[in-house]
Amino acid sequence: MAIRVQREDFDVGTELDALTRGRTDIGALTSFVGLVRDMGGEAKIGAMTLEHYQGMTEKELAAVEREANARWKLSATLIVHRYGRLEPGDRIVLCAAASPHREAAFEACHFLIDWLKTKAPFWKLEDTPQGEKWVEAKADDDRAADRWRNPA
Amino acid sequence: MKILWFAWLRTRVGTATENVDPPASVDDVAKLLDWLAARSPGHAEALAKREVVRVAVNQEYVKLDHPVTKGDEIAIFPPVTGG
Repeated sequence: MAIRVQREDFDVGTELDALTRGRTDIGALTSFVGLVRDMGGEAKIGAMTLEHYQGMTEKELAAVEREANARWKLSATLIVHRYGRLEPGDRIVLCAAASPHREAAFEACHFLIDWLKTKAPFWKLEDTPQGEKWVEAKADDDRAADRWRNPA
Repeated sequence: MKILWFAWLRTRVGTATENVDPPASVDDVAKLLDWLAARSPGHAEALAKREVVRVAVNQEYVKLDHPVTKGDEIAIFPPVTGG
């Protein structure tokens, strides 16, 4: 289990290799990478700045990861989330889950990103042609998280 | 107690951090938000739509009836938009 909050970019291959290196009990490794799009709603964005609540962010990400490990039999998990100024095409977030079998790895990875989107205290400020604009939370994100609210 | 403002609430209030000393009658989150809203027009504007205000006491999400005391770190922010 590991979480990191950092300004710097990350290399997906390096991160995933490190997660499984030396392990022979892992049969499945899934990952999700979130990227900055150049469209924020209707407006084309030049860049965005991610603000976060240092301290609480780390606690919330660790709690999300703990919850995933409580719900599924996982061999390894990783969350890396960036903050600061990011441009379209830049990586924002990496979630990964490893398990002996693919089902748990797929589900846990999906859970990690859905759950962190509604829990981790990050806020996106977009640069648009009309000036800076704070991104509003989406009801879709709440619905995506809701489906994990009652574990089978 | 220490108040931390984030995202557009911070820009309305005009500061990221405030140290405040409310009266003893301000003993839960709801009363604290009312008390803070009276501090300036910016505070009032930041707290005008309470349904989009989230509060964490000592880095844990809480509801409006959660107690607050001296020494608490209270963060006030809009719904999160990470990921």
